[in-house]
Amino acid sequence: MDSAPSLDERAYVRGGATQTAVKILVVGHFAVGKTTFIGAISEIPPLSTEETMTRAGESFDDLKGVRSKTTTTVAMDFGRLTISDRVVLYLFGTPGQQRFVQMWEDMARGALGALVLVDPERLADSFAVIDLIEQYGLDYAIAVNRFDGTPDREHRALREALDLLDDTPVVTCDARDEKSSADALITLVRYLLDRAH
Amino acid sequence: MTGFDEREPEAAELVRPYVITKGRGLPDEEQLSLITLVTAASDDQQRPTRLSPEEQSLLELCTAGYLSVAEIAGHTRLPMGVVKILLSALTEGGYLITRPPVQRARLADRQILEEVLNGLRTKFG
Ligand SMILES: Nc1nc2c(ncn2[C@@H]2O[C@H](COP(=O)(O)OP(=O)(O)OP(=O)(O)O)[C@@H](O)[C@H]2O)c(=O)[nH]1
Ligand SMILES: [Mg+2]
Repeated sequence: MDSAPSLDERAYVRGGATQTAVKILVVGHFAVGKTTFIGAISEIPPLSTEETMTRAGESFDDLKGVRSKTTTTVAMDFGRLTISDRVVLYLFGTPGQQRFVQMWEDMARGALGALVLVDPERLADSFAVIDLIEQYGLDYAIAVNRFDGTPDREHRALREALDLLDDTPVVTCDARDEKSSADALITLVRYLLDRAH
Repeated sequence: MTGFDEREPEAAELVRPYVITKGRGLPDEEQLSLITLVTAASDDQQRPTRLSPEEQSLLELCTAGYLSVAEIAGHTRLPMGVVKILLSALTEGGYLITRPPVQRARLADRQILEEVLNGLRTKFG
């Protein structure tokens, strides 16, 4: 950190002084397309962070000299979308691993909801992520991320396999495509709005 | 223009969290969340020499506009916990202004969700 930082002006939040920041989580198992999805929608190149595995309030004394022993780092990635002069939306992506409790708490706290990316060929891998989202009390929609050559399965069978509530939205999407990804996000937000009424 | 992205990826690894945070503990989550927006209190003030190089660097990064706490961690490639500690020290010192996200409330949620929905439709519809 000894070089003077300088970023392109587009890296900064437009109208930051009047903006309210909100966030939506983009979750799903390993390699399901989270980073691709965020990259398709974000107005900034997706960023990632490392999280130290200490609990809030714990002293960094613990890290002195033995960083590798007392901390594990994990990447979460995120992007940003300026919605209006008043609202800026952040999308946070993370794999569903329960042991990263602190990171999940930070990400879930105050989130509007979650989009769960699901690979129809690896449904069982999604159970843990969905459990975690429900555990944090977040409303969610399912985005079925179709990979090349995957047959278009019945959504009804998928609902049963994932044990979804009747009103949980299920939408097919291609995370590489901006419009398709945006449509999935719109489906989620419409659902969240219904739930808020 | 040299941004953080051009720096060597190992740079953050070489930084010892204890040293650069001066042994401070993690701040309260209420104080600095991932999406708290942060900017320098004033862009023409003289940078106080009492600040560590890391603190000065963060302050400089925040001079040109608002960034979320998460973005600051992403650009600097410092661990989130370290960034939070440094930012909260800078805030306490009066060098930074923070805009916390709104408290969740049903009414506020609805208005915000409507705005998000309309914004997404306009952008991608
Ligand atoms: N055909 C197709 N390929 C996709 C889609 N989404 C992602 N991919 C590809 O799948 C691979 C994994 O995508 P990522 O976005 O890295 O997945 P991830 O969930 O971020 O992975 P991890 O962070 O490692 O858990 C990449 O090669 C993508 O190009 C999709 O909707 N359709
Ligand atoms: Mg990824």
